[in-house]
Amino acid sequence: MAHVRRERWIAFLMVLPSIILIAIFVYGFIAWTTTVSLSKWDTVEPDYTFVGLENFRKLLVGAGTSARRFHIDLWNTFFFTLLFLAACVGFGLLLAILLDQKVKGEGIFRTIYLFPMAISFVVTGVVWQWIFAPGTETRLRGVNALLHRVGLGELSWGWYTDTTSIGPFHVALIPVIIAAAWQLTGYTMAMYLAGLRSVPEELREAARVDGASEIGIYRHVIVPMLQPITLSALIMLGHVSLKIFDLVFTMTGRGTGFVTDVPGIFMFETTFQGNHYSQGAAISIIMLLTVAVVVLPYLIFTLRREVEL
Amino acid sequence: MTRRFDPWRIGIYLLLISFAILFLVPVYVLVASSLKTFVEVQDLSRLWSPPSTLHLETFRSAWFGIPEKGLRGLGPNIMNSIYLAVPATVISSLLGSLNGYVLSKWRFRGANVIFPLMLFGMFIPYQSILIPLTQTLRAIGLGGTLWGLILVHVVYGIPITTLIFRNYYAEVPTDLIDAARIDGAGILGIYRRVIFPLSMPGFVVVIIWQFTNIWNEFLFAVTILQKPGLQPITVALRNLAGSQIKEWNMVMAGALIAAVPTLLIYVLMGRFFIRGLLAGSVKG
Repeated sequence: MAHVRRERWIAFLMVLPSIILIAIFVYGFIAWTTTVSLSKWDTVEPDYTFVGLENFRKLLVGAGTSARRFHIDLWNTFFFTLLFLAACVGFGLLLAILLDQKVKGEGIFRTIYLFPMAISFVVTGVVWQWIFAPGTETRLRGVNALLHRVGLGELSWGWYTDTTSIGPFHVALIPVIIAAAWQLTGYTMAMYLAGLRSVPEELREAARVDGASEIGIYRHVIVPMLQPITLSALIMLGHVSLKIFDLVFTMTGRGTGFVTDVPGIFMFETTFQGNHYSQGAAISIIMLLTVAVVVLPYLIFTLRREVEL
Repeated sequence: MTRRFDPWRIGIYLLLISFAILFLVPVYVLVASSLKTFVEVQDLSRLWSPPSTLHLETFRSAWFGIPEKGLRGLGPNIMNSIYLAVPATVISSLLGSLNGYVLSKWRFRGANVIFPLMLFGMFIPYQSILIPLTQTLRAIGLGGTLWGLILVHVVYGIPITTLIFRNYYAEVPTDLIDAARIDGAGILGIYRRVIFPLSMPGFVVVIIWQFTNIWNEFLFAVTILQKPGLQPITVALRNLAGSQIKEWNMVMAGALIAAVPTLLIYVLMGRFFIRGLLAGSVKG
C-alpha cells in the first residue's frame, strides 16, 4: 500500500502549482482588493490607512458625484441585464426551434448565427458604433441615414447618444443591448439546439399519437424539458452582463450624463485614469458580490448533483 | 413530413433567412467600408452603398500605418497578439490536462473542495483582482511586459482548461487505467502512455477555446500593457477607433484583420469550437 500512498502524493504535487497560483491570484488578490477598498489609497502612491466602509458609503449613499454616477451604473446594469437576457433567451430559443425543423442548409444557418461568438467584443463595439452613430441633422450617419433613404426619416433618433430616460431607464442602452445580443444569441441557440437534439424521438412520437399539434408538442413537452438549459444560459449570460466592460467601453464609453456607463467602466476610469484606487477597489468588490450571488448557488448546485450521480 | 408547398415551412425559411441577413449586416459594414477610399468612406450619401472600386490599399495602410498622418499600423500588434496567445494557450492547455487527469482519475483527499474553488476563478469579475495584479507584476519585474500578460492568461485560464479536461477524461474508461496499473505503470506513466495519446480531441477543443479567448481579450491587456508598441491587436484597434479624426475605412480594415484569425478557426473547426463553448457552461 506504500506505493498507493506515494502516488496520492504525486497526484497532489501535480496539481499543486495550479492550486498555489489560484490561491494567490484569485483568493489572495480578492482579499488584497478588499483591503484596498477599506483604505484611503487615493493617489498613485499606495496608502493602506484603514477607513472602514467609507468608500462603499460614498458610492452607495449620499449625494456626492460618485454616488450619483454609481446609482446610474447600477440601474444601467439592471436594465442591460434584463433586456439582454430576454433577447438572448427569446431569440436563441426561437432560432434553435426553427433549426430543429429538419431544414435544408442547417449547418450554414447555424454557422451564421454563431460566428459573432468567435470575434472580440472590441471588434463588435467598433462596428456597432458605426452602425448606430446618429450623425447630425444635416449629416445623418449609420442607421439614421438608412432610415432617411427609405423614407422613414422621422424614425431616426440619437441612438447611444440620446440622453432621454424613461424613469431610471436610459434609452441609449438599447443600441448597446442590440450589439451584445447580436454577439451572444448564438450561444443560447447552440445550448438549446444541443438540448433539443437530446429529446428522444419517441417522446415526440408519443405526443403526436396523443393528437398534439407540432406547436403543442413544443409548448407542452419539449420547452418544459429545456428548463435546466434556460437556467444555465441565464447564469452564464447573467455573469457576462454583470461584469461587461470591453463592448461598452469600445462602443460608447460612459456616454453624456453616464447614459451608457456601467460599473466596469467606472472602476477602470477611476482606478487607472483617476488614481482613486480605493474607490475602484470598492466598485470591483460590489461587482464581485453581485456575480457571486448569481453564480455561487448555481455552482454548488451543479457540482453537488454531479457528486450524487 | 415532406409536403412541398407547406406555408409553415416557407415561413420557417423566411424567418431563418431574415435572421441570417440581420446577423450579417455588421459583416457587410466591415467589408464594404474597409474596401473604400478615405474620400468615399466620408461620403455620407454613399454610406451604405458597396464600394465603387475595390480599394485594397486600405488594408496596406491598416497594417503599416500612415506615418504622415501620425497613424500607427496594426501589423506589429497582430504579431504581439500571436506572441501572446500562442505560448499562453500552450502552457494553460498543458496545465489543464494535468489537472484534469488528476482531478478525474486520482481524487486525493480534499479534491472535492479544491475543484469548485478553482472553478469559481473563471466567474469572478477580473476588476476585483486588477489592482493587486498590476502591483504584483510590477514588483516581480513583469509590469508592462508581454511575459506578464502571458502569465496572467495562463493563471486565469487554469479553471476553464481544467474543467474541460476533467470532463473529457471522465469519459476515459477506468479499466484502461487499471490495466496499465497491473502492467506496473505509475501515475505519470499512465498519463504518458494511456491518457496523453487519447487527449488530442480534448487538446483541440481547449486550444481553440483558449486561443480565441486570449486573442479577443481586452481588459487585462489594456491595464497591463501601456506601451503602444507592445499592445495586442484588441487594444490597438480600440485606440485607432477612439482617435479624433476617424479614418473609418482604416478602422474597419483593422477590425477585419483583428477578427480574421479567430473567424478562420471558427469556420474551419466549428465543431470543436462549439464543444468548448458548451463545456464552459459547467455541465458536469
